[in-house]
Amino acid sequence: MSDDAALYTQLATIRRFEETVLDAFPKGAFYGTTHTYIGQEANAAGVLAHLHDSDLVFSNHRCHGHFLAYGGDARALFAELMGKATGVCGGIGGSQHLHWKNFYSNGVLGSTAPIAVGAALAEKRKGSQAVTVLFLGDGAMGEGVVYESLNIASLWGAPILFVVENNHIAQTTPTELAMAGSLAGRFAAFNIPAVELDSSDARQIYDIAAQEFAQVRSTPGPRALILHTARFGPHSKGDDTRDPAFIEELRAMRDPLTIHGDRLENGQRAAIEAEVDSAIAAAYAQAEADPLPEHAAHVKSGH
Amino acid sequence: MTSVLESLNQGLHAAFAQDARVYLIGEDLLDPYGGAFKVSRNLSTQYPDRVWTSPVSEAAIAGVGAGMALRGLRPVVELMFGDFSTLVADQLINSITKFPAMYNGAAQVPVVIRTPMGGRRGYGPTHSQTLEKLYLGVPGLRVLAPNTLSDPGDLLRRAILEQNDPVLFVENKVLYPKQVLDNAALADFEIEASTQDFAPTHTLRLKGAPRPALTLTAYGYMAELAREALTRLAFEHEIFCELVVPTQLAPLPADGGLQLALQASLQHSRRLLTIEEGTYSLGWGAEQLARAAQHFGGRLQAARRVAAAEAPIPAARNLEDAALPALEDIISAAREMV
Repeated sequence: MSDDAALYTQLATIRRFEETVLDAFPKGAFYGTTHTYIGQEANAAGVLAHLHDSDLVFSNHRCHGHFLAYGGDARALFAELMGKATGVCGGIGGSQHLHWKNFYSNGVLGSTAPIAVGAALAEKRKGSQAVTVLFLGDGAMGEGVVYESLNIASLWGAPILFVVENNHIAQTTPTELAMAGSLAGRFAAFNIPAVELDSSDARQIYDIAAQEFAQVRSTPGPRALILHTARFGPHSKGDDTRDPAFIEELRAMRDPLTIHGDRLENGQRAAIEAEVDSAIAAAYAQAEADPLPEHAAHVKSGH
Repeated sequence: MTSVLESLNQGLHAAFAQDARVYLIGEDLLDPYGGAFKVSRNLSTQYPDRVWTSPVSEAAIAGVGAGMALRGLRPVVELMFGDFSTLVADQLINSITKFPAMYNGAAQVPVVIRTPMGGRRGYGPTHSQTLEKLYLGVPGLRVLAPNTLSDPGDLLRRAILEQNDPVLFVENKVLYPKQVLDNAALADFEIEASTQDFAPTHTLRLKGAPRPALTLTAYGYMAELAREALTRLAFEHEIFCELVVPTQLAPLPADGGLQLALQASLQHSRRLLTIEEGTYSLGWGAEQLARAAQHFGGRLQAARRVAAAEAPIPAARNLEDAALPALEDIISAAREMV
């Protein structure tokens, strides 16, 4: 498969997964909440295509796309959202708390920043050559611990790539109501080299991420990749307060599947979509049939 | 004889010597300063690449320690004052202690967060508190509080190297200059040590004393005052007590060393006095009394707490003394119970 086809497969997998989640939620298939990645797929696909096996990824509440692009299994992720024993974390973590191999996510914005920096420093001390990737959103930029972590990452030379996905909205609050100054200026203040891209084109993101990974691998230390992007869906399930016409406009202008899909032959694109549709449907069906977890011992302790 | 401070310093040195995965992160760690209370003295000289003096960023250094622990190292994070643990609360509650369980057992975070707590030094409202009660009951957190009855440094070394839970290691400031007690210093006492848990629980009674009329329980520095109270109650008031001193505050299993030791003592005394430097309500002592009430029901004849006032700890010496539990408070509470 060509790189373009592989990228498209990744984009389509994330999109189909998230659409399935949003479709199934009102039907009662899932319990709790979710934060979908629709519109931002090109970021995960373009960035994480450069991972080596030993690299680490720290993600946030909006982690499904990162997890799937990392190589995570769709059935295990559906099962986690359904609270099944076969879920990524046996149903304990749910949508925002995933760990598999070197992938970790947590739902408290910014809380992962010092942990990712510490993990990156540990890998450096162990001599593993691993690069740590930390995904942050514009919303997390309101958390003070992020700045403590940028300072330490720079002071102590942590081999980490900060990837900021600026989707211009934190839950319902537009970024301009929550952020003074600029994203790039935040990294400049700590002497962390940062590059910016305003694009939903997976190939452009892939290319700029390639340079960033190469830099972190060759001169281990922190760098930042600021990706201006668009979230098409609600923050979680049905809490989008934006004008539907605006979202239609975003979809028309910035859909990563349209932008990148246009590079493929029509037949190839349709074939990939059909394959992804059936893989996701199968993953969903398998997860649905999976068993519920036994009562874990830890739930009973302390009495 | 070795002081608690020297013992803790030796424990850190032993951990560093024993295992290259051990790191220390904290503020003002570099020699000749060696940390604000000098527990970390000489480590930066001997292990310059494993002792990282940090910015004033408590939340971040706790998180950095967590990330290092997650990836196989054995970091120790020093918080200069326990009062600053509030800055670390999110890391402690929502990440450090969550990962092992919420990742379904697939991750471990063996980080030790050490910090001095307690008053009696005139440091005022934000540098004198005993805040560990805020963290007792956080699932997955082991809270240890050394005392003079067993080797604090060895406990610290074992906490760093020999178990996989995140640990909050609470060092009472006034304990630092106290001597770790040897057999000669404890010659007046008959002592039982329960070693079934990671950290010991000690039960003390005066040699030759009759069955206890009252059980005292205290940890950390308050165990020093409680031991003195036990002696004075016997010699001045003919009230014979047993004193139960845990070193592990949490978790608190129903069949753990502290609960079994308290039950064994209360079987005879039926009266429990808890003594702590944290504030009075909703605290460590309240939990011990609740456990005792659950176990003994109506057979428990008396229950009281000695604790700190529910107010900021004043800087003025006489006001600070009035706010914190003192020897006389223990003695008068005990006399009212028997």
